[in-house]
Amino acid sequence: MNWLDRSRSIAPPGFNRWLIPPAALAVHLCIGQAYATSVYKSALIGHFGLSQTAIGIIFSIAIVMLGLSAAIMGTWVERSGPRKSMFVAASFWGAGFLVGAAGIFTSQLWLVYLGYGFIGGIGLGIGYISPVSTLMKWFPDRPGMATGMAIMGFGGGALIASPMSTALLKFFDGFDPAVDGADWIASGSSVGKLFLALGVLYFAVMMYGVLNIRVPAPGWMPRGWDPSKAKVSAMVTTAHVSAANAIRTRSFWLVWAVLFLNVTAGIGILEQASPMIQDFFRGADGNSAVNAAVAAGFVGMLSIGNMAGRFIWSSASDVIGRQRIYMVYLGAGALFYVVLAFFGGSSMLLFVAMAVVIISFYGGSFATAPAYLKDLFGTFQVGAIHGRLLTAWSAAGIAGPLIVNGLLDAQGKPGTMNAHNYLPVLLTMVGLLVIGFVASTLIRPVDAKYHEPEEELASARKGS
Amino acid sequence: MPAQPHDAVNPAGGTDVPVIPATGRLVFGWLLVGIPLAYGVVTTLSRVGQLFG
Repeated sequence: MNWLDRSRSIAPPGFNRWLIPPAALAVHLCIGQAYATSVYKSALIGHFGLSQTAIGIIFSIAIVMLGLSAAIMGTWVERSGPRKSMFVAASFWGAGFLVGAAGIFTSQLWLVYLGYGFIGGIGLGIGYISPVSTLMKWFPDRPGMATGMAIMGFGGGALIASPMSTALLKFFDGFDPAVDGADWIASGSSVGKLFLALGVLYFAVMMYGVLNIRVPAPGWMPRGWDPSKAKVSAMVTTAHVSAANAIRTRSFWLVWAVLFLNVTAGIGILEQASPMIQDFFRGADGNSAVNAAVAAGFVGMLSIGNMAGRFIWSSASDVIGRQRIYMVYLGAGALFYVVLAFFGGSSMLLFVAMAVVIISFYGGSFATAPAYLKDLFGTFQVGAIHGRLLTAWSAAGIAGPLIVNGLLDAQGKPGTMNAHNYLPVLLTMVGLLVIGFVASTLIRPVDAKYHEPEEELASARKGS
Repeated sequence: MPAQPHDAVNPAGGTDVPVIPATGRLVFGWLLVGIPLAYGVVTTLSRVGQLFG
């Protein structure tokens, strides 16, 4: 397996760096399927005869494993290079589906937890971080755009997986619209077959990424780009900080808090998107002007905002700076939440526009984070530092739904409420974003005592 | 692919070796990720129309 080594994936002279983003996207588009699990959730509930919570745990395990594996394996990913780590990610992600399929066919839920949740979750974490630092090394002139392109794929993966899975489930079930009707729910065996198909398909597509990823040769720079003439900012370091030292700095934990708060606030909308829009446009007679099909369109619109924000805002951060763009995410995000809370129910266009922009900030905060880490800590172990930062995502994935569900439970049942019932939860989100805004203003360049000595860096470069 | 000699670094930035266009590989790679992404976006947008319809 020597061909997987970092030393065997160094790009030859004249290599076209625009071949790298499709390789990275091939991985992120596949693992982005994690956001499309709702497609077969009802089918699994019916197949196993269990509650929403029992089935929802599959996804929760996967997201927790994403954060843990990214944090624990980040240093290994950095050392091994993108090709080996992407191969491991493809193997775990594909195997997770196959083990999950075995669990569905044999009606053993623990095997689905183990397969999709535990094994697949490890593939998610390693796959998420594996191409990111490589992209920033290929695009030192536009690191935000480069990471935005890859991480956009994670948002886009659900857009592909959702309709594709529905089409495959219908095919496996021999769906007949005249017989099955609008209330059709896929059978368990067709979900098992879907898992088998996705496991093989995703492994194959991710292998395109494995075979085509390259790292730039040491000292490589884009033609015509002179780092000494690049815009100088006090927030962009030329030094390097190890992952072990990075987590000892105040700046790392401030970035962690900023990501945690922004993601928690974004989940506030994502979690309740469908019932929320129906509740906001509920008339005095108790009937909503928005039916389930229209609400599904709103959820789709949020997915597109989430995906587009990752590329657009992260690219914009190359021009206006990472600290400023996070102030926009948090400051403007808080303002838009206020508008949504007090005026969202007055106009469908205003409601959708505010929600989509807020979710685009949510996506943007994910995509801009690696470039922010590169600015603060250099490229030496930025992938490993990014892995540790993603624990903020796991924490927000637990905190966000807990806050939102807790506050809404006190108001009534989502899908039967009115716009004013959402004031407590939306204003809580405003509070979180304001705290995040303050935290983002406190981020400072890392003290020189944390910088790696030049001889350490030289020896690390020789080793790789 | 075996390891090959590294680019010579130009002191003024960039490398002295011109970039190989690799048009075929570029088109294939971008289509491989672009077509499914376009399929997902178009399918989703077709549902969004009902929001303002």
